[in-house]
Amino acid sequence: MKPRSKRLAWIVAGVAGLALAVALVLNAFRSNLVFFFTPSQIASKEAPVGRAFRVGGMVVNGSLVRHGTDVSFVVTDTVKQVPVSYTGILPDLFKEGKGVVAEGHLDEQGHFHATQVLAKHDENYMPPEAAEALKKGGEANARIAKTLVMENGGKSQ
Amino acid sequence: MIPEIGNLALVLCLILSMVQIVVPIAGAQTGNRAWMAMARPAARAQFALVVLAFACLVISMLGSDFSVKYVAETSSRLLPVQYKIAAVWGGHEGSILLWLLMLTFWMTAVSVFSRHLPEAMLARILGVMGFISFGFLLFILLTSNPFERLIPAALDGQDLNPLLQDPGMVAHPPMLYMGYVGFSVAFAFAIAALLGGDLDAAWARWSRPWTTVAWTFLTVGICLGSAWAYYTLGWGGWWFWDPVENASFMPWLMGTALMHSLAVTEKRGGFKVWTVLLAIFAFSLSLLGTFLVRSGVLTSVHAFASDPRRGVFILIFLVVVIGGSLGLFAWRAPKVGLGGRFGMVSRESMLLGNNVLFAAAAGSVLLGTLYPLFLDALGLGKISVGPPYFDTVFVPLMAPALFLMGVGPISRWKEASLPDLRIRLQWAAAISVVMAVVLTFIKGSFSFAVAFGLLLACWIVTSAAVNLWGRIRPVPGVSTSLFSRLGGQSRSYYGMLAAHLGVAVFVVGVTMVKGYEIEKDVQMDIGDTVAIGPYTFRFNGVSEGAGPNYQYQRGNVDVLRDGALVRNMGPEKRTYLVQRNPMTNAAIDSGFLRDLYVSLGEPVGPTSWTVRVYFKPFVDWIWFGCLMMAFGGVLAISDKRYRIEKRKARAAAAASAAMPAGVAGAGVAE
Repeated sequence: MKPRSKRLAWIVAGVAGLALAVALVLNAFRSNLVFFFTPSQIASKEAPVGRAFRVGGMVVNGSLVRHGTDVSFVVTDTVKQVPVSYTGILPDLFKEGKGVVAEGHLDEQGHFHATQVLAKHDENYMPPEAAEALKKGGEANARIAKTLVMENGGKSQ
Repeated sequence: MIPEIGNLALVLCLILSMVQIVVPIAGAQTGNRAWMAMARPAARAQFALVVLAFACLVISMLGSDFSVKYVAETSSRLLPVQYKIAAVWGGHEGSILLWLLMLTFWMTAVSVFSRHLPEAMLARILGVMGFISFGFLLFILLTSNPFERLIPAALDGQDLNPLLQDPGMVAHPPMLYMGYVGFSVAFAFAIAALLGGDLDAAWARWSRPWTTVAWTFLTVGICLGSAWAYYTLGWGGWWFWDPVENASFMPWLMGTALMHSLAVTEKRGGFKVWTVLLAIFAFSLSLLGTFLVRSGVLTSVHAFASDPRRGVFILIFLVVVIGGSLGLFAWRAPKVGLGGRFGMVSRESMLLGNNVLFAAAAGSVLLGTLYPLFLDALGLGKISVGPPYFDTVFVPLMAPALFLMGVGPISRWKEASLPDLRIRLQWAAAISVVMAVVLTFIKGSFSFAVAFGLLLACWIVTSAAVNLWGRIRPVPGVSTSLFSRLGGQSRSYYGMLAAHLGVAVFVVGVTMVKGYEIEKDVQMDIGDTVAIGPYTFRFNGVSEGAGPNYQYQRGNVDVLRDGALVRNMGPEKRTYLVQRNPMTNAAIDSGFLRDLYVSLGEPVGPTSWTVRVYFKPFVDWIWFGCLMMAFGGVLAISDKRYRIEKRKARAAAAASAAMPAGVAGAGVAE
């Protein structure tokens, strides 16, 4: 091969390698994105079944049940609830009535199987995702309350 | 009174920093020597003022002066003294002050070890650093003043976050910041060179040791952070690909690329433009890291938006620094020229490969860290990018880099011959393959991932041995002893070997932990046992007690091997008195070949607990490898040529007393 075509071959190989690397990165990126859903979204069937995602909200008081290292609890965004089961040791900051984020997948019965429970938090004991879920839940509640008031108002007239 | 002195010192420093930006750079552009000479005293005075301010904060902290808001937020009466010191940088305001302290320290260091620099160059460097210092001073005074008073004063502080009450955490931030901020020197050198328009090999020679020092500190800092996570977070992980960790890892990747690129610029005059760009990126990523960790954007973009002053300030500062330097780069770089030509197979091309791979790695970490933040900020939903992404991306990107690590140092500059390389490395390759396969079979089960990791580690070690042997093998006709030939190699050469071997040790650690760790979460009552690998753990119950500022429940666990007691371990569950948060304190038995790790979960019955029991083979090799890399950095900067340069500089300084300074400076620069 002439030096010039040799150089060209190297450059082509380099560009091909780079393209491969970019494709690899983007593919790995796409298949490892973990989406976040609130219990309300899960109730309205927006969450995928089988694929891993995160759910966040508040642990319902009195819902925590332990059998050795098997635990189950219920997460709510004050509108809807999702039962969650997990095997392992819960983080230090996990508490009933406080925020939680769980990563795992949903089965057909609407039961969430967590592979990881996170209680990373700010000073108010609230993981950002959980705070988001509760805020959305709160807004939904407010909307419902408003429509109820309207209906009542209509009846009284 | 003392906090007010600290505040005053910062205000004076701000004024001084403005002087340091304007006067020396104006002097350098117009050739006014008296103006340029302002740079040195200004830099040192800034350092003195920041030290004063820092000392004021330390005094307030030690005296538990809860009329200072920052002290009330991060300390408490019962906090042990060493953690009161750590509390100085345990919160936002104090850590930014630490950042500034490091920056002014680096400025002073540059002003001291710069006798060999041309006066105009030094003036520009300190001017650029003065600008960064100005930005951070303004940031502190406008948005994050650690001396702000709290009226009325608190009776007791809110205590330091229990997670930070750990010896590793005392040293981790200073080390990390020394590294972060250290890249500002390389950055300032690059900008000064662009401003002055003289980017030659001398520039790279001056810039190189500073970059190596910064990189060394950053390596140690990241290593301490990782070890801290392992010891304190209570679940045995050593790296989580958490955005906070990524924030420190991105500058490290870029800095590693920069170090290697600087070698080419110094030795061969090549890669000039690329090196300047890497210097800009390395420091930009340091700033970005500070922004990510310190603006609150990670906890929640919404929290960030509700108190946007801090975040917006850093964002503007980022745009000015990065945009400005890239603009300057675009304007000036075409004049720099590309430097020497090199063949497709040569040390240059391999170092270029290293550079590209490291830059790509930094880019992929950046993507994984920033993309979720962007989506969230734009209201497009919340996502997270998990460790699997980083794992999948990193192995294919780093594997070729590790392969090149074996070939590169053996190749000739400019043009290497492939057949020659093949002959020199064939035994190294063969031995590596055999070792990798044999070692994996000895461990019992064959796993491709483990074999591949060990193969790369063996390759680094054997090719380093080939490299060293090539340099010290007896030459016919010349009679020197092996020791004198060993002594004849430069320290920077040994530094390179040590750092590369450190990578091998690190790779072994990661491979073995990933491949053979055993983790069990079990419920245990008094007398229960659980077997892990060759060890049996027996749970003897839990006792209660109190530490200086916490209460604890301590488990009693015996570790047995073949029926004989190996170690008694006491994992704790602590409740700190002020913040009332429970914290797990794992018990770890460290060993050369394995760690045993026990931590308490929750009580499930009257005497039974859930317990975490881990067996972590070779985990300490991870941190030992990092320390070896850092040691390599130390060796490289203790190299003779830097000492000779200093001696030369001293001679030049003596000569310049008789001669105009500019001429003498130019003389040394040649």
